[in-house]
Amino acid sequence: MNFPEELKYTDSHEWVKMLDEQTALIGLTEYAQSELGDLVFVNLPEADTELSAGEAMADVESVKAVSDVYSPVTGRVEEVNEELMDHPEFINETPYESWLVKAADIADTVNLMTAQEYAALVEQEQQ
Amino acid sequence: MQLITEKGREGRGLSLLPPCDVERAEPAQADCRKIPLGMPSVSETEISRHYSALARRTHGVNDGFYPLGSCTMKYNPKIDEEAAALSGFTQIHPLQPAETAQGCMEVLYLAEKYLCEITGMSAMTFQPAAGAHGEFTGLLLIKAWHHSRGDMKRTKIIVPDSAHGTNPASAAMAGLTVVNVPSAPDGSVDLEALREAVGEDTAGLMLTNPNTVGMFDENILEITKIVHEAGGLNYYDGANLNAIMGIARPGDMGFDVVHLNLHKTFATPHGGGGPGSGPVGCSEALAPFLPGARVQKKEDGSYGWTGAEQTIGSVKAFYGNFLVVVRALTYILTLGREGIVEAARNAVLNANYLRTKLADTYPMAYDGLCMHEFVVSLQSWKEKYGVTALDVAKALLDHGIHPPTMYFPLIVHEALMFEPTETESRETLDEAAAALLEIARLAQTDPEALHASPRTTPIGRPDEVTAARHPVVRG
Repeated sequence: MNFPEELKYTDSHEWVKMLDEQTALIGLTEYAQSELGDLVFVNLPEADTELSAGEAMADVESVKAVSDVYSPVTGRVEEVNEELMDHPEFINETPYESWLVKAADIADTVNLMTAQEYAALVEQEQQ
Repeated sequence: MQLITEKGREGRGLSLLPPCDVERAEPAQADCRKIPLGMPSVSETEISRHYSALARRTHGVNDGFYPLGSCTMKYNPKIDEEAAALSGFTQIHPLQPAETAQGCMEVLYLAEKYLCEITGMSAMTFQPAAGAHGEFTGLLLIKAWHHSRGDMKRTKIIVPDSAHGTNPASAAMAGLTVVNVPSAPDGSVDLEALREAVGEDTAGLMLTNPNTVGMFDENILEITKIVHEAGGLNYYDGANLNAIMGIARPGDMGFDVVHLNLHKTFATPHGGGGPGSGPVGCSEALAPFLPGARVQKKEDGSYGWTGAEQTIGSVKAFYGNFLVVVRALTYILTLGREGIVEAARNAVLNANYLRTKLADTYPMAYDGLCMHEFVVSLQSWKEKYGVTALDVAKALLDHGIHPPTMYFPLIVHEALMFEPTETESRETLDEAAAALLEIARLAQTDPEALHASPRTTPIGRPDEVTAARHPVVRG
């Protein structure tokens, strides 16, 4: 499974791409999408919503279940990827290009992992 | 298959309505529909054949084994239907004078009394229409109790990550914030995580016990104590009461509010055969907030209506789904005090019998004895053979067996959850085990055969993904 080196990861299976010190793109990892299965609906927050690190910020629905997506950062929603509303399958197809939220004014983050650390976590979960 | 509106021919039909003998009223043109109603125009023969054809395409408890986990698809005794069809129960009106409906009121009175005895609660409302509605009602009671004490800061409900999805949904509907606590590796509540989660903002805890992995949480007294000491209340989700009814009582475990699913535990029809009924029982402290009218026995032995002083208000019209309560009371009276206990014991025995027959072949998610249901995890099959829980579920259809619950609980990967219930015979369980072992053999030798299943059902594998992404809700 592919976990790009340049991204950071959470234990709740989000990836974070820091654009600069205070802005980042947030998405779901390849492992997350493979566990969820085919996504059929994405519920994104509105722009300017406050984000709290570790709290639910969006939810995704697959044929199997609805799951929360947790914000890895404390900050503000600058932009959401509206394309996903009509095409939730993009998360399945290209998880690392299909960011859900662009966060700004980042003041804090949850404990973020490197690609290696995250790969080890996934391996552990699969057992 | 044609829809009923696609059958028949314009003008064909039945003259079931008597000729109109009052003056015809003409509503204002602006109030009239612009397009015709699209009513079916079919003969009685066509209607009968249409419904028979639909019935042939379904699978119910009358058709075969239905081990849908966490749903308690037990057989619905026909005597319950007979009781519910009695004209004294059907030819009534909710607003008729109490003295002319004493029998119906006695049903509600007795059902409340017996169900309170089974759950260890003090009072009960029959208004909620089903389980999730009961959860919502119970949470409103908890909220009302905190507010009545001037404690407005308790806004959080603790829900374990193994809970039914309705728990967090009901909490959100009731205006409470959900706090998820992780499960311990054995599926029970993680006591340390719970201790960390409770605080001055805790309104309460929602818990299913036995839990959704089919295990009785042995720390239950400690769990309810932690919540009580933090000032919260404990809510018991009655989804899995079937395993312990008559044996252990939620009230004795430290729960303050309980909802029951009469359409599960007390053998009233389920799903399309409903309606459901989700009565909510509570402790004496919460009784002043109950919704709707309740029956009270007067000194002269007659029955009258009474309402709670600080009621949260009605959650449904009148007395809930009354005829479902008639069925449940009939079930309780038919089984009696001993029979209720025996049903629970047999439910646990049947689940363990099937589990044991499968345990060498199917990877169990949790070790040891289970309660009324057990969970299998096919994650290793997915990796080794490319066979998923969905494939096994679909293959079961070709054996005339309804699949178990799949992909739930969410904490188990590739989950299949079996709940045989007490009403299945040993022969049925043996047949189901044989079918599952045959499917396991195919998983290892011919996975393609499983991917191609079901072969014998009217519909194979519908494209669920496209249906969910692009629903067409109008023809």
